[in-house]
Amino acid sequence: MNDNLEAYWKANLRILIVLLAIWFIVGLVFPILLVDQLNNFQIGGFKLGFWFAFQGSIIVFVILLFVYAHLMNRLDNKYGVND
Amino acid sequence: MSTQLLTIIFVSITFLIYGVIAWISRAKSTDDFYVAGGGVSPLANAMATAADFMSVATMLSVPGLIAYLGFDAAVYLLGPPGGFLLLGILIAPYLRKFGKFTIPDFIGDRYYSNTARTLAVVCAVFITLTYLAGQMKGVGVVFSHFLHVSKEWGVVIGAGIVFFYAVLGGMKGITYTQVAQFCILGFAFLVPIIYLSVMVMNDPFVFTSWGGKTADGVYLLDKLDALSTEFGFKEFTAQRRPTIDMFFIGLTLMLGTAGMPHIIIRYFTVPKVSDARKSVAYTLLLISIVFLATPALAVFSRTLMLESLNNIPYASAPDWFKVWEQTDFLSFTDKNGDGIIQFIGGAANELKIDFDITFLAIPEIANLPNWIIALVAAGALAAALSTAAGLLLVISSSIAHDLIKEQLHPDMSDQRELTISRICIAIALLFGIYFGINPPGFIIQTVALAFSIAASTFFPAILMGIFFKKVAKEGAIAGMLVGLIFVVSYIVYHEFLGGKADGYWMNISSQGIGVVGMLLNFTTTFLVNKYYGNEPPLEVQQMVERIRYPKGVGEANGH
Repeated sequence: MNDNLEAYWKANLRILIVLLAIWFIVGLVFPILLVDQLNNFQIGGFKLGFWFAFQGSIIVFVILLFVYAHLMNRLDNKYGVND
Repeated sequence: MSTQLLTIIFVSITFLIYGVIAWISRAKSTDDFYVAGGGVSPLANAMATAADFMSVATMLSVPGLIAYLGFDAAVYLLGPPGGFLLLGILIAPYLRKFGKFTIPDFIGDRYYSNTARTLAVVCAVFITLTYLAGQMKGVGVVFSHFLHVSKEWGVVIGAGIVFFYAVLGGMKGITYTQVAQFCILGFAFLVPIIYLSVMVMNDPFVFTSWGGKTADGVYLLDKLDALSTEFGFKEFTAQRRPTIDMFFIGLTLMLGTAGMPHIIIRYFTVPKVSDARKSVAYTLLLISIVFLATPALAVFSRTLMLESLNNIPYASAPDWFKVWEQTDFLSFTDKNGDGIIQFIGGAANELKIDFDITFLAIPEIANLPNWIIALVAAGALAAALSTAAGLLLVISSSIAHDLIKEQLHPDMSDQRELTISRICIAIALLFGIYFGINPPGFIIQTVALAFSIAASTFFPAILMGIFFKKVAKEGAIAGMLVGLIFVVSYIVYHEFLGGKADGYWMNISSQGIGVVGMLLNFTTTFLVNKYYGNEPPLEVQQMVERIRYPKGVGEANGH
């Protein structure tokens, strides 16, 4: 693997680690591990932790996938490995 | 017009649409059959994958489970979308670059071993057959209720229809049929919920209406909590399951979704790596329309059931009650002998309802117009058929392509391979019919088994195949074997051989055990790789490097 591709792969891994961290926090910490603490806050008729478990985390996942597609396209172009 | 007649008309029209599409876009080559010729646009592919993924479990079991279990069932809703994220960033783009037909193809090539390939075929067949059994039960429930035929005939009719267009169309036909099925199931899912939402909340926006206040000025969720307490159930928004179990079930569903063979292969059908990324994002966006509306359905259903199924004299129970009573899905035992229905928490409860029928029953409970009831039936069938067809394709490609063509008869002609694929579909459907008539449990229990196996075998094997190029075949094979054997034994012991819930290891139920299986897989692979593994051959390491960047992607092919 040449240096350019090596750098591309490292940048790719950095994006992945950030996205996985958000995935873990939003998908498992908010709706499950910290649900009681978040339930002390209320938005409309929803307790916050409860809302994350049923809707909030799903919305964040959708956004993350679009962000990922965008970031990776930019990265592909920058390193000239686009398809 | 009667509900039954309307149902027959709706279902016939939708089936006619599927049949015509399957005929027009029928497969002419193995490329068409397995990956739809590789030329499907990202949006069409996303719609098809969404229909493929949303099964009767999504349409019937999940709303029912949430209605019954309340907060505890949130994991069934948030798990699959979380899994799509993992699939989209860790797996799909790389496997698209790899450019072959199937998961066993990747495992076999990456771990340069036919043992690994065969093991992957075994896992794929295991996962898809279990998942298929759940779908066939759903088909049986819908047909038997709406067409007033026996459950056995319901399953057989459904299987016949799946066979017709899966065999004829292959992936190309399936993809375009599934686009139609996505539209029908999405419409059939949302319309009744909007109706209920207007009825209960006077607000058609189903994504937020269930968080609002009802006509009497109380938040609906607070009202439901109070109603639940009043009738002796636990509060809807309260948690019952141990937190550790919630965590493990949620994570298993995520990892399992990311390792589901019938979903992963969908991204082999788009032209480029960047299309695969885009297509996963579209898929989740489309799925989330249904998922974000699901809790509203569950909350409305639960409220209406508590309000309208209590304290009615049995003699004056509505017609739909009597119809469901003829099946095993609903039963009333007058425990205190007062002739009045009591639907309450605890031992004095007199009404038993199979939660898989909630969504089918609620339009009747709420007195919605009968064309809505017919629409729900057509939608549930679209969900079941699209998923079943996708699963059958995985089974047939695994056996015909990965087992027979790659290993036993490499010089077999395309035409012969297609014939064998079709025979495999027929055999798999016979299994499906058998388990559809004699289901091993609720839809969701059966499906959970499939997720656990995927989480403990495919997910780790594929992940390490992409991200750790030094992992050799010995470690990967040992890891998959340990994961598979552990998960299957744990689930079979606890679900089918009478293991008790208090015997769960660390309070982790069968549905959450996939995470433990995955950890065992990783550990085994690491240890075996360290002490017994050889360095993978240079060309394999170069292949791993190639799939890490998108440039130079070719059409998916099997040669």
